[in-house]
Amino acid sequence: MKPMFLAFAVVLAFAPNQPASASPLLDQYAQQAKSDSPDFKEFTAERGRDLFLSRHNMGKPETPSCTSCHTESPLKAGLTRAGKTIAPLAASASSNRYTDPAKVEKWFRRNCNSVLGRACTAREKGDFITFMLTQ
Amino acid sequence: MSFKSKLPLGLALIALSIAQAQADERYRPVDDKMVIDECGACHMAFQPQMLPKRSWEKIMATLPNHFGEDASLSAEKSKYILNYHLENASDSGWWSGKFLRGVKDSWTPMRITDIPYWIREHNEEVPAYAWNDPRVKTKANCLACHPRAKNGDYDDD
Repeated sequence: MKPMFLAFAVVLAFAPNQPASASPLLDQYAQQAKSDSPDFKEFTAERGRDLFLSRHNMGKPETPSCTSCHTESPLKAGLTRAGKTIAPLAASASSNRYTDPAKVEKWFRRNCNSVLGRACTAREKGDFITFMLTQ
Repeated sequence: MSFKSKLPLGLALIALSIAQAQADERYRPVDDKMVIDECGACHMAFQPQMLPKRSWEKIMATLPNHFGEDASLSAEKSKYILNYHLENASDSGWWSGKFLRGVKDSWTPMRITDIPYWIREHNEEVPAYAWNDPRVKTKANCLACHPRAKNGDYDDD
C-alpha cells in the first residue's frame, strides 16, 4: 500500500501543469454544465464578471449582490455583515482559493442562496471561478 | 473606632470591589476547532455561555436563514456544533449566571445583544457615537472593542 501511495505522490509531484485545467474543479463544473445544456462550450470570465458585479436583488434583502460583502474589487479584502474580514476572491490575492472542492461548494451553496435565492448552475460556478482566476 | 481609622479599611474594600468588577468579564474560551472554524467564518465564535440552550437550538435549526444569510451546514456538523453549545449554554450548569438574569422561560432570545445583562453593561459604558463608528459596523462585532474577546476576556472596559 505504502509504495503505491509513494509512487502516486511522486507522479503527482512531477505531473506537468496543465494550463487548460487551472482548477480540477473547473473540469467537474464543465462536465456538469455540458450535461445541463448540450450547447455549452466553455466558461467565460466576462459572464463570471457580470455575475459577480450585478445587483441581483433576488435573494435575501441584506445581500443583493456578491459585492455586498466582497466589495467590487476581487483583489480587495471583503467584510462580512458581522464585521469580519474576508480574504480577497481573486486567485492571485488568495493562493488557496478554489483548491478545496468541499469549501467551494459550501460557499456557493450558501451565497448563491443568499444573493440569488436559488442554487447556482454549474455554468455560473465555472464562469465565476474563471473570472476570479484571471484577476 | 473613629471615622479616621475606618477610612483605610473602607478605601481598601472599595478598591477590592472595583478590582473584582473589572476582572469578572471572563468566559471560557471556545476550545473546539470545528466550532471556531464554522461559527468563526463570518463572525467571532461567540461563547455559548451567553445564551440559553433553547436559543442555540433555534439558532442551529434556522441556519439557512441566519440573520439574513444562508449559513447552512451539513447535518453532522450542525449536530456536533449544537451539542457543544448545549453543553456550555448559560443554563447548562447548576448555577444561574448573569446572562440568565431577566430572561424569562417563555422567551427564546436570538441575539446575545438582546440579553438584559448585555444591554445594561453596554448602555452604561458605550456612547452612541461608538456604535456608529464604521470600524464597529455592528453590535455583533465584539472584537472591535474587546480585542481579547476570542479568549473570553471582556475585561477591557
